[in-house]
Amino acid sequence: MDEVKIIEIKKSVFADNDADAAKLREELKRKGVFLLNLMSSPGSGKTTTLIKTINLLKDKLRVAVMEADIDSDVDAKKILAATGVQSIQLHTGGMCHLDAEMTRQGLDGLALDDVDLCILENVGNLVCPAEFDTGATKNCMILSVPEGDDKPLKYPLMFSVCDLVLINKIDVAKYFDFDIERCKGYIRMRNPRAEVIEISALTGEGVDKFAAWLIDQVRKQREEK
Amino acid sequence: MHELGVVFYIIRDVKAVAEENHVQKVHSVTLEIGEVSTVIPHLLEDCWNWAVKREPIMDAAKLKVEQIDAVTYCEDCKGTYPTVQYGKICPLCGSEHTYLLKGNEVSIKEIEAT
Ligand SMILES: Nc1nc2c(ncn2[C@@H]2O[C@H](COP(=O)(O)OP(=O)(O)O)[C@@H](O)[C@H]2O)c(=O)[nH]1
Ligand SMILES: [Mg+2]
Ligand SMILES: [Zn+2]
Ligand SMILES: [Zn+2]
Repeated sequence: MDEVKIIEIKKSVFADNDADAAKLREELKRKGVFLLNLMSSPGSGKTTTLIKTINLLKDKLRVAVMEADIDSDVDAKKILAATGVQSIQLHTGGMCHLDAEMTRQGLDGLALDDVDLCILENVGNLVCPAEFDTGATKNCMILSVPEGDDKPLKYPLMFSVCDLVLINKIDVAKYFDFDIERCKGYIRMRNPRAEVIEISALTGEGVDKFAAWLIDQVRKQREEK
Repeated sequence: MHELGVVFYIIRDVKAVAEENHVQKVHSVTLEIGEVSTVIPHLLEDCWNWAVKREPIMDAAKLKVEQIDAVTYCEDCKGTYPTVQYGKICPLCGSEHTYLLKGNEVSIKEIEAT
């Protein structure tokens, strides 16, 4: 019987993915493609927001969408039908998040030479996607009013990785005890650098601000070269 | 929730190390998991027990978890305090200028193998 030996590893489980993601981010920058990773709980309004926003942007930027909703291609078809932009469905195999490798495979399915802005609709949940860097240029999450203003306290990692938080469904704010200022305070506690934009994807209120933010970010990435 | 994804990453890393070191069998894998990481040890174990059965080189490998306490550092008073109890606001001086020193790790410490 061989002797049992202990092999020290001392390595973060996420180290390989983080390195992959950093590489992908660099490649995208060189290609002049801005990738936005859009995250939220299921039903917060990712698809609705995308459709409204892309319709404001598509004359100014060449947009593509990657959909990662679990086990359905309803969203990719919906986006194509509603906006006419390139959109593909990623199959996560029931996984609750995307990593850099899966994101890269998705990007390989797009005609990237014709894309300025690619939006990745991540799998709906506030835990897993925060842990796995996709290689996106920026991270954005949607928090919708019915979910409650204390979400930043419950999902600290998600809020700390986001560059932008969209507070959606403000059209129904009057029916909920959602305090927007208190919520912004909690977001700041988690992440002082995060920007916040209030929107209603249903009425379109504030969506122009999100579109302007995206245009600005795409320009900034280009200028950094 | 994403414990299964984490388990797949661990298996990939462990298999690579096992190959490099020419071992026949992995008996245990020890992880260090921070108190405020997003991984829940008992869920990780369930996923582990399901997933390792499919890997001949480690099909009976035990998962050992060492928890790392979460500690936050305050930039203003230079103090440290337990994160889980006090969160982002320093209990010593009330500052919000704090950051996590340790406690969000999910790492592979070592393996036992023959
Ligand atoms: N009242 C209201 N409903 C919204 C808003 N945005 C999305 N919804 C609704 O919320 C539901 C889920 O939206 P969807 O975009 O599919 O969410 P996803 O799962 O994050 O992609 C749909 O019934 C939308 O019509 C909004 O701003 N206000
Ligand atoms: Mg959707
Ligand atoms: Zn996950
Ligand atoms: Zn302090």
